[in-house]
Amino acid sequence: MNEIVIKTDKLTKRFGNFIAANEITFEVKAGEIFGFLGANGAGKTTAMRMLCGLSKPSSGNATIAGFDIYKETEKIKKNIGYMSQKFSLYEDLTVIENIRFFGGIYGISDKQINEKSNTLIEQLGLKNETKKLVASLPLGWKQKLAFSVAILHEPKIVFLDEPTGGVDPVTRRQFWDLIYSASDRGITIFVTTHYMDEAEYCNRISMMVDGVIKALDTPTNLKKQFSADSMDEVFFELARGAKRKGD
Amino acid sequence: MKQFLTFVKKEFFHVFRDNKTLLMLFGIPIVQITLFGFALTNEIKNTEIVVCDYAKDAASKRIINALEASKNFEVTKANLNHHQIETSFKTGKIKLAIVFPNNFNKELLHLKKAQLQIIADASDPNTATTLTNYVSNIVMNYQLELIQNNPIPYQITPEVRMLYNPELKGATNFVPGVMALVLMLVCVLMTSVSIVREKEKGTMEVLLVSPFNPFLVIISKAVPYFVLSLVNLTIILLLSVFLLDMPFNGSIILLFTVSSLFIITSLSLGLMISNITNSEQSAMLISLMGMLIPTLLLAGFMFPIENMPKPLQFFSNIIPAKWYYIIVKSIMIKGLGFSSIIKETLILIAMTIFLLLVSLKKFKIRLE
Amino acid sequence: MRILRFLLQKEFKQIFRNKSLLPMIFLMPIIQLIVMPLAADYEVKNINLSIVDHDHSTYSQKLTSKIISSGYFILSDYGNSFKNSLQQVEQDKSDLILEIPQGFEKNIVRENKQKLFIAVNAINGTKAGLGGAYINNIIFNFNNDLRNDWIQSMRYNQIPTIEIVSSNWFNTFLNYTFFMVPGILVVLVTMVCIYMCSLNIVKEKEIGTIEQINVTPIKKFHFILGKLIPFWVIGVFIFSVGLFVVGRLVYGIIPVGNAGLVYAFLSLYLIAMLGLGLLISTYSETQQQAMSVAFFFMMVFLLMSGLFTSIDSMPEWAKIIANCNPVTYFIEVMRMVVLKGSNFSDIKNHFIIMTGFAVLFNSWAILNYKKTS
Repeated sequence: MNEIVIKTDKLTKRFGNFIAANEITFEVKAGEIFGFLGANGAGKTTAMRMLCGLSKPSSGNATIAGFDIYKETEKIKKNIGYMSQKFSLYEDLTVIENIRFFGGIYGISDKQINEKSNTLIEQLGLKNETKKLVASLPLGWKQKLAFSVAILHEPKIVFLDEPTGGVDPVTRRQFWDLIYSASDRGITIFVTTHYMDEAEYCNRISMMVDGVIKALDTPTNLKKQFSADSMDEVFFELARGAKRKGD
Repeated sequence: MKQFLTFVKKEFFHVFRDNKTLLMLFGIPIVQITLFGFALTNEIKNTEIVVCDYAKDAASKRIINALEASKNFEVTKANLNHHQIETSFKTGKIKLAIVFPNNFNKELLHLKKAQLQIIADASDPNTATTLTNYVSNIVMNYQLELIQNNPIPYQITPEVRMLYNPELKGATNFVPGVMALVLMLVCVLMTSVSIVREKEKGTMEVLLVSPFNPFLVIISKAVPYFVLSLVNLTIILLLSVFLLDMPFNGSIILLFTVSSLFIITSLSLGLMISNITNSEQSAMLISLMGMLIPTLLLAGFMFPIENMPKPLQFFSNIIPAKWYYIIVKSIMIKGLGFSSIIKETLILIAMTIFLLLVSLKKFKIRLE
Repeated sequence: MRILRFLLQKEFKQIFRNKSLLPMIFLMPIIQLIVMPLAADYEVKNINLSIVDHDHSTYSQKLTSKIISSGYFILSDYGNSFKNSLQQVEQDKSDLILEIPQGFEKNIVRENKQKLFIAVNAINGTKAGLGGAYINNIIFNFNNDLRNDWIQSMRYNQIPTIEIVSSNWFNTFLNYTFFMVPGILVVLVTMVCIYMCSLNIVKEKEIGTIEQINVTPIKKFHFILGKLIPFWVIGVFIFSVGLFVVGRLVYGIIPVGNAGLVYAFLSLYLIAMLGLGLLISTYSETQQQAMSVAFFFMMVFLLMSGLFTSIDSMPEWAKIIANCNPVTYFIEVMRMVVLKGSNFSDIKNHFIIMTGFAVLFNSWAILNYKKTS
């Protein structure tokens, strides 16, 4: 389990004079749940978009699942899943159509898609909703469905950008159960979040302030380091020095 | 009042922050005036015709000279047979062929009667008839010339005066139409889309729960477009007077007053469309395909209404632009006063009241 | 190929599920095609004529009836006050005033000379010009008739006359709708395709699903094909309904030339126009922007395509614009093949130029379409 799946070296993104992500360097091991924390505007989403191949870095290097972030983006895309901040399934397609579509474009065979969608629907308890338009589902279900679709093709790594925004605590808990079970299957989870209780669920977390990674360790070690009782305090301690305003 | 101004300001920001929308707002009137003023004309000019002169005598030469001198034609001389004429029609270059038979002049002088054949590519009937008419006129003038050589009795000379537009410029007819079109477009399309967008994004609900009167929310969305339309109107008028040398015979104040009324009519129409649609896409399509083309066709400035079938003539009466077009022509070109546009003004007022009542009623239902 | 199948399934489902958009795509063009050609009739006829007759003689009445029987004019008013008639013009009830002066008949006979006064409402220059020409022609003929009546018994020579025999090919009855329907059909198909294509892609941008697509291994090329093919099919469908159902049943238009040739050109044309829609979408962030830009182009295309006014009559700079307009070429091809039966060699250049447009728009759009920023 010690294989390194994400490795970045001084990864930087500039927008004109503004440095959104400044020389980010870290490693993530296979099967890890890696929390990527920071205030709004700290540069989390920018960093994540670079790792997914949605945005070209200005300088620095990175490999994802062993592939180079500049030259092998298409290979990277076969090995990752992504779930964005905005809900990203097609609202005007039904549950089953969304599953089939995303399964299909990842090149999963029809037979496998059928098997997988059956288990998935069973797992999420959406049996009666398969033929309903996604638009008609409650937000919590949509998010769970989006996550399941993002890992349908068994990627090595899945990137989750604030996946639980606006969801109630019970659903959030269920959502994390899904994350754990994916992690157990060996899928590396890379997740950004605002919720400090969620940070506690991660194996390791990094804290980003003003485009720079200020701290990176397990939650327990971080609390020790900042002699804090909770992640909240750690967060406040680090974010206090931030110069950028949230968005 | 202060709140209201805040809202209006917000709407102006929306409009001015988006340069592609600005292109739509100001680019279109300017481009339209230029195109209609300079490029588009119903006249038929510089059309390629072929002359097959089998006579090659004095009479045919005179007529061909006259044809060549006319700005309507680009004359090519070639003795083609019918099959060759058909081929040249099919490649699309030549629109008309004139055939002078052998002994044209001889027959004219001795038999007092000669035949001239015109073959037109009537796939475009309008061009065909117009060109045929031009040729007949030239031939007629030649006949008059012949007559003038020997004294002629019983001469009737028609004296023609062109009222309002002695140079027969196309712009005089088009400009009032473009004004109607642009105002309609900006107001209907922009208001309906901007309201529906707030509905789609959910920001409309935010506005509606604010302590602000919901009707004022709607009005504040209309105010910027009202102002922009007046700016547009001014631009169009300046362009047409200074660039196209259009006359301005009537009262400017009257024109702006009636234009404001028409703008309000259009805004109400936009409001109504926003009430019956829920997505930006359909608001756009209704406004564009459902409003723009009928306005272009049925307002009367591109195509004469009296040529249309009766049901369409009847239908054209519910197009506000038709009435506005009549008003602008009367004020701007004919220089008439308010008394001659009372009927049209009343119709526009009635339309506005109707549209506002319907959409406000619908709007209220949605609130409850 | 398999990925493309999934993309196409998705697009078609989304299009057919959108109940508010479907009628716009399919019904609106058809209805417009039925209504518009009826409205778009330029022909100058039904000119409202107001006659001011100060003479009330046999000749003045003969002239009046000759004018009315020509079919171009409708007598809207017959009186003896020019002021009244002018008022009629101001109210748009008359287009043309013919004033017959007092002593018209007497002066012709006694003094061999007489003037007639004509005033035309020239706001619509074309109508005025043609109306003036028509009435001049009628007066000229009236004059000739008159002269011939008198001349028979007198010493004057017979006047030489040139008889004009005119024939109208391809459209003997000068049916204006024959000319308009093919052109309007082109514009409608173009509008639907450009709008739908550009709005559809921008909508995915706006709601964010395009991000999800961008992190998948879908190739740029596949995604674009997945977007273009459905609208291409819709374009061909609308065109076929327009040409074979509306064109044939409502207007009785049967293509003279080879329908296969028209379809070959349509296929190429749709690729070019969808490429343009795609290009617009790559430059727009919101649907409103896409629509504004698409509309701007559409309007210029429509006006500069020779659909309503002749391109030959435009000034040189405008002809250049018209020649850079893809719509111009398809309208020409339609009119040539459908109405005149032109064959491939007649429209060879059109094919070459349209291929150029298709390559230009699509490669530009693909270059500009970024999966990564």
